[in-house]
Amino acid sequence: MNLTYRPLALGFIALFFFVVVMGRVQAGGNHFYAPIADPVVKEECGSCHLAFAPSMLPASSWQRMMGNLKNHFGDDASVDADTTARITRYLVANAADAGDRRYGGKLLKGVALGSAPQRITELPKWVSEHRKVPDWEWRHKEVRTKANCVACHTGAEQGYYDE
Amino acid sequence: MFHLFRASGLALVAVAGLAAQPAFAETPGEIQASIQQEAAGTPGFQEFSAARGESLFKSKHANDWSCASCHTDNPAAPGKHAKTGKVIDPLAPSANAGRFTSPKKVAKWFKRNCNDVLDRVCTPQEKGDVLAYLLTVKK
Ligand code: HEC
Ligand code: HEC
Ligand code: HEC
Repeated sequence: MNLTYRPLALGFIALFFFVVVMGRVQAGGNHFYAPIADPVVKEECGSCHLAFAPSMLPASSWQRMMGNLKNHFGDDASVDADTTARITRYLVANAADAGDRRYGGKLLKGVALGSAPQRITELPKWVSEHRKVPDWEWRHKEVRTKANCVACHTGAEQGYYDE
Repeated sequence: MFHLFRASGLALVAVAGLAAQPAFAETPGEIQASIQQEAAGTPGFQEFSAARGESLFKSKHANDWSCASCHTDNPAAPGKHAKTGKVIDPLAPSANAGRFTSPKKVAKWFKRNCNDVLDRVCTPQEKGDVLAYLLTVKK
């Protein structure tokens, strides 16, 4: 028993360190917002649009949003109570202001944490990062809405926003 | 220390095993049969009709959107969310083997999407008609 699991356990540990180290490297660059890792959250919050990175909004925002999924930007995004609780826990734990997460906080510049903004695309820092994007580009039929991040950031699913 | 490694290894194996287990996998035919069971008990029930399903799918009802607004007129082709622009995988089982294999997922999206399009839930008759239509769509 011990012998069978030992290499496996070591493998997992190696993988773990790899993930941690890679995580650090990526977090060092300022274009990285860790994508959602929980499969349930990814499925439920990534079916109608890109599964937005939890580190783009503060915990208060996610709590407010999860309290009213029935009317989610005009859409019904509701799920059962257990799933709602699970998603809320994940988003809050990985929010921009969770723990000592400093790198996620940069989009929150100028935002009162308690104000629970609901749109990433209305954060002052998001707006200023995008002020140079010309009008015609927003109206391009492939874009449709500011929230369609992948139309311009091809690496958005992986957490990269540097192009 | 070693015990800790072993325990975490075991836990990971257990988790990986659970994740690999698809939840309630069924076939579109089985899902259609359970919709049929539900529909048969309702007044005015008629045999499911692909033609009726197609017309429901392609026309507008209470709101600005039809089903085709997001799933396109050809459900065997990828669609696009009318509001967010996100690409949606094909809806027809002939083009997407994952479709209509989870009763929970099917129920969830019928509820949401019928609400978006008809401003109400779809009746079992309507769901059966739509699925009958989708099952006739060839790749
Ligand atoms: C049924 C479809 C649907 C589901 C499911 C869904 N959303 Fe949305 N979401 C929308 C729509 C529609 C918008 C508005 C998009 C727009 O205005 O461009 C939106 C917008 C958002 C925005 C704001 C984007 C911005 O403009 O900055 C966030 C954040 C968001 N959703 C998070 C979530 C989370 C978290 C979940 C999972 C609990 C979720 N969504 C599930 C449809 C959905
Ligand atoms: C119409 C195209 C377009 C869309 C849609 C778009 N962006 Fe951007 N974004 C840009 C461009 C162009 C830049 C670079 C601006 C610059 O460098 O001056 C940028 C910059 C950024 C940056 C700053 C990256 C850095 O250099 O640190 C972030 C973060 C970002 N976008 C996030 C998002 C998110 C999140 C969404 C979706 C909610 C989104 N963008 C939607 C075009 C877009
Ligand atoms: C506003 C956009 C939108 C409209 C309108 C819409 N759908 Fe959908 N539909 C979606 C999205 C998003 C999904 C889930 C994404 C995915 O599974 O790829 C989905 C999934 C589904 C599923 C789940 C199938 C499965 O087993 O995976 C069914 C069934 C469905 N839609 C039927 C309909 C019907 C019937 C209508 C019209 C009454 C309709 N949809 C209208 C966006 C839409």
